[in-house]
Amino acid sequence: MDTRTQEFLEYVQAGGQVEAGDWMPDEYRQKVIKFVEMHANSELMGVLPEREWILKAPTLQRKLALTAKVQDEVGHAQLIYRVAEDLGKPRDQMFADLLSGKAKFHNVFHYPTKTWGDVGVIAWLVDAAAIISQKALLKCSYAPYARIMKKICWEESFHILHGRDVILAMVTGSDFQRELVQEALDRWWGPLMQFHGNPIPRDEDPMWLWRIKSQGNEEARQQFLEGYVPQIRELGLTVPDPNLRRGDDGVWEYSEPDWAELKSVVTGHGPRSQDRLAFRARFLEQEKWVRDSLLAA
Amino acid sequence: MIFEVFRQEKKGQAFAHAGSVEAPDAAFADAWAREQYGRRGESAALWLVPRESIHAVTEWADEFDLKYRRVDGYSIKERLRIARERAGTAAPADR
Repeated sequence: MDTRTQEFLEYVQAGGQVEAGDWMPDEYRQKVIKFVEMHANSELMGVLPEREWILKAPTLQRKLALTAKVQDEVGHAQLIYRVAEDLGKPRDQMFADLLSGKAKFHNVFHYPTKTWGDVGVIAWLVDAAAIISQKALLKCSYAPYARIMKKICWEESFHILHGRDVILAMVTGSDFQRELVQEALDRWWGPLMQFHGNPIPRDEDPMWLWRIKSQGNEEARQQFLEGYVPQIRELGLTVPDPNLRRGDDGVWEYSEPDWAELKSVVTGHGPRSQDRLAFRARFLEQEKWVRDSLLAA
Repeated sequence: MIFEVFRQEKKGQAFAHAGSVEAPDAAFADAWAREQYGRRGESAALWLVPRESIHAVTEWADEFDLKYRRVDGYSIKERLRIARERAGTAAPADR
C-alpha cells in the first residue's frame, strides 16, 4: 500500500469523510460502487414482492399506504443510483449488470409474497432489519451516500409503522388472520436471519476496513434480535427457532442460519429471482422511450 | 443535467445539501425534486443548482501565514510566563 493510500485509510478509520471530487484509492472507489450499487438494486427489486399486493390489498387505505411505500423505495433507488453514477459507473451499465446477474440484490427480495401476512412481515421485520444496516450507514466514510441515508432512514420509519399496523390488525383479528401472520413469520425467519450476512469478524470485512459500513454483520443481527424478538413474542407469535435464547451476557444464541441457501439465493437461484429479473427487464425495455425522450429534451 | 438539491427544513434555517437529481431542464428538475424531497411536507424550500454552476473551493493554501487572524495564531501563555518571570510576579489569584 502506497503512502497516499495508507494516509487515506487512516483518515477514514479516524472517522474522516470523503466527497465525490476528492482523491480516493481506486480500491476504495470500487468497494463503494459495489456496495452502493447492491443497495440501489435492492431498493429497485425490493418493491416487486410488495407491488404484487397493491391490487389485492384488503382496504383502500392499505392500498394507498402500500403504493406510497413502493414509491418511497423506488425513490431511494433513484437517489442511490445517482451516488453510484457520480463515482463513475453509468446507470445503463448498472441495469445491465443487474439483469445479467453480475450485480446482486438482497436475499429477502428473491422470495414470493404468498399472503397479506407476508406483506406485513416484510414491511415490519424486513424493513426493521434493513433500517439497522441503513442507520449504520449514516456514518459511512463516503459522505454523499451518508447524506442521502438521512432521508432514506426517515422514510423507512413510516414503513415499519405501516408493517406493524398491518400485523397488529391481523393478530387482533380472526384465528385465520393470526395463522396467516404466524405462517408468514415461519417462512421469513430463515431469510431474516441470513439477511445481515455471515458472522465474519468486522476487522476482516473490507467494507468495515474502509469504514463504508460502521458495524459488523453479527453486531447488526444481534441488534435486530434484541430489538424485535421481544416485540414478536409479545404478540403471542412463535419464532420458529427452538435454539433461540438470550444469554445472561445479553448475547442472542440461535440456530446456524443456512448460509448455503443465502449464497444460492443471492446468485440468482432463489424461488423468484429469475421471474423478478425478467419483470424488471420487460419494464426497462417498455419504458425506454420515456428515458430517451426526457434525456433528449 | 445534474441538479444538486439543497434543502431547507424550516424557514430561517440554512440550506443543506441533500442529494441530486438528473433532469433535462429546470422545470423537470423542479417536478422531480418536489416529489423526492417534498411529498411529505418535510421541506420549507429547495434550491436546485445545476452542478456546473457550483464553483467549489476546497484548497486552502496559507502562503502568507495568516494565522494572526485566528486565536491559535497567538502564544499568550508562553509570553505571559516570561513576562511574569522578568517582573518577578505570579499569576493573580482566582477571585
